[in-house]
Amino acid sequence: MAITITVNGTAHSLDVEPEMPLLWALRETLGLTGTKFGCGISACGACTVHLDGRAVRSCTLPISAADGKSVTTIEGLARNGTLHRVQEAWVAHQVPQCGYCQSGMIMAVAGLLAQIPNPTDDEIDANLTNICRCGTFARVRTAIHQAAGSEGAAS
Amino acid sequence: VKKWTRRAFIGAGTVAGGGFLLGAAGFTFAPGRHSLVSADAADKGQLTTWITITPDNIVTILIPHCEMGQGTPTALAMMAAEELEADWSLVRVQEAPALDEYANGYIVRAVGGHYVPAVLGRGVDYGAYKVMEWFGFQVTGGSTAVRGTGEYGMRVAGAAAKEMLLAAAAQQWGLRASECVAKASRVTHAASGRSATFGELARSAATQSVPTSPALKNPASFTIRRTSPRRLDIPSKVDGSAQYAIDFATPGMLYAALEIAPVHGGKLVSVDTAPAEAMAGVKKVVTLDEAVAVVADSFWRARRALAVLKPAFTDAGHGDVSTASIFAAFDKALGAPPEMPTDAAKVVTAEYRVPFLAHVTMEPMVCTVKVEGDRADVWTGVQDPLNARSVAAKALGLEVANVRLTNFMLGGGFGRRLPFTFDYVDLAARVAKAMSPTPVKTIWTRENDIQHDYYRGAALSRHAGALDANGVPLAAHSNYTGGGSGEAVFMPYAIAGKNAKEKKARHPIRLGQWRSVLNSQHGFFKESFIDEMAHAAGKDPFEFRRGLLGDQPRFKAALEKAAAMANWGTSLPQGEGRGIAICESFGTIVAEVVQVAVSPEGRLTVPHVYAAVDCGDVVNMDSAAAQVEGGIIFALSAALLSEITIAQGRVVEKNFRDYPMIHIADAPTVTTAFIRSDAPLGGLGEPGVPPLAAALANAIHAATGIRVRELPIRKTPLKNV
Repeated sequence: MAITITVNGTAHSLDVEPEMPLLWALRETLGLTGTKFGCGISACGACTVHLDGRAVRSCTLPISAADGKSVTTIEGLARNGTLHRVQEAWVAHQVPQCGYCQSGMIMAVAGLLAQIPNPTDDEIDANLTNICRCGTFARVRTAIHQAAGSEGAAS
Repeated sequence: VKKWTRRAFIGAGTVAGGGFLLGAAGFTFAPGRHSLVSADAADKGQLTTWITITPDNIVTILIPHCEMGQGTPTALAMMAAEELEADWSLVRVQEAPALDEYANGYIVRAVGGHYVPAVLGRGVDYGAYKVMEWFGFQVTGGSTAVRGTGEYGMRVAGAAAKEMLLAAAAQQWGLRASECVAKASRVTHAASGRSATFGELARSAATQSVPTSPALKNPASFTIRRTSPRRLDIPSKVDGSAQYAIDFATPGMLYAALEIAPVHGGKLVSVDTAPAEAMAGVKKVVTLDEAVAVVADSFWRARRALAVLKPAFTDAGHGDVSTASIFAAFDKALGAPPEMPTDAAKVVTAEYRVPFLAHVTMEPMVCTVKVEGDRADVWTGVQDPLNARSVAAKALGLEVANVRLTNFMLGGGFGRRLPFTFDYVDLAARVAKAMSPTPVKTIWTRENDIQHDYYRGAALSRHAGALDANGVPLAAHSNYTGGGSGEAVFMPYAIAGKNAKEKKARHPIRLGQWRSVLNSQHGFFKESFIDEMAHAAGKDPFEFRRGLLGDQPRFKAALEKAAAMANWGTSLPQGEGRGIAICESFGTIVAEVVQVAVSPEGRLTVPHVYAAVDCGDVVNMDSAAAQVEGGIIFALSAALLSEITIAQGRVVEKNFRDYPMIHIADAPTVTTAFIRSDAPLGGLGEPGVPPLAAALANAIHAATGIRVRELPIRKTPLKNV
């Protein structure tokens, strides 16, 4: 049975097992490798994408759960060549080190800001549980506040 | 033989389109000297870098080290561009391919005969360079890139290229080179108003004679170094376009999932492959000596099929090994605490214990291999592409020259992707050999990664110290085992009797290099113990240390700086405390003050860490600070949470659920200050790690009176009764 999903604005019909995790469909079937495999048990967040606008961990999400829905990956976060404000803040604060976790971190933060436009430190702590082994957390926090602030300034 | 002679090679020529190409290579070394002499033609150079300048005025600098998040390529390019007087916005960087010509002999030069990076492991001395040559190292590790490749390769190459550009301009304009000035990728002659870009001069520069001893800039006139240009790799890391080994794809590629003998050294006894082979997408079940692999048309299908197999493995005779049995062997090897002088007014003893640790890079081990006849291609992410290529060649029974390796950005290294630990390349090569000529990407699961690491060694250390009636330390001795011996035991303090002895105890758990290597254990041991001695002497831990650093001005300055940053000595609320520790590693001295709060229920939080760092000088200020911040968080996560345990010979932990990492909620703010000294450049990737655990444990003691002597800290209840 074909699965129909829209990824970064493009509709796809995929002939894969319904229980295949969304992560592997994105990476191997669609070639969108910006979304990363880190643990396979939804513990680290490297695989975070947006499903109908909400951040989800794609390594345990069966693709059947995305059937008929819209997925945004890191490749689709920038619009018309303009970086998302979270990406801009990441560059401004030179957040990534090895960078492997950062696709998921950025998608998680973009999802957080969509829910809570100007999160407090406590709200960041409660909602962001992505793992970064390089230890970029302090810069992540600073960059979140900048991204949230730039949203505030724009509105 | 500690004295190197110096011979190096530099060559220049034109490239297509009228550009200028300069290559610099080095053989043997005179530490602290920066120059090049023409090589005699018989010498085969190992290229450290090349610099090309094309007519469009773009400078491209080739870097023989990989990017694993430290910003090394950017820093190295800055060092060359500084001497070249290039406009930084016109500089591009390219990573060197895995060819013998790029074996980075400079990694050894950085050590100058008094310190050899532990990553090189075995028996390296005279021969440090020779070993590099034989094994074909191209290592990024040991915090050596900037102080080796950069200081002795990049700077000289940049300076030589600049002199040739000046000579070209002078020739065109009928002037002396000394009348012309290079700045911002342009040569100018102020008196006549003449000016030409590097790109315009490139063709002519290539024909100038190559200077053998180009003059290097005085650091006071640096304009690129000591600033914070943005790292060149970051744009690709915010839009998903950065390519890691796991992202590589080639037509017809299949995927492999592995189950490896759970006890290292174990062999595959039997496996019924039929159930997996009947499953959708599965192409083959490959059995190897110590593993079984399912090869399928998607990784998820390979993994799903692997899960139905029931392979039986031997335990290599280690089925009775456990964490308890290993520490029992440690205990026996150490024996009684070291003896102390009989005239001591006070004797302090303590025992510290640290666990095995895994690296857990965010990108698991991944390697794609295609074997075709007597040739092979390897695509992976390693800290040493040349050695990895040799491992693949050996696994395949091929000539090294017939194996081509493409290296990718690393999703974390931390020592996991160093020489002697390329099991993932070896396994992937053997799986692909069974599928030849089909390319196969072998992806390790997180479970593979945690259970089949080369671990940071568990270690036990028994200390005794003696104080006189005035609290002056007379002796500080330790016996330790499990951590290995090395410079990490060094204590800078003026104590008459200092001694650290390694006692050997064997166990079969395989060990590797973990960020900061032996310093990660010994930093905790020695800086916890000096703190205990301070308390026994009734003295403030900072003042006690400072009083013993009279003849160590760099240590003293770093210690004082960290204390000042943290407002050491000012009062804190009940349940809060500060701890201090200082360590030298990889030529860099780092003093850290950790501030903690412990709730009445025993809940620990770490709001702030302050670090004072003397690495001589800093190339890229911001990425240097990022390395220290990262090292501190890496060390904090381990100190609070991490432990690999052994039961029935195998690793118990499997994934982030039972080998957890800290999250942003647990991460302190880190304030880093650099102290500029006249010391040679020190490393930065690792030195943030060693002081952290001790400073943290010392802070917990200050806050609660509870002395943590075992890591991870979660094993010690902090509720004050």
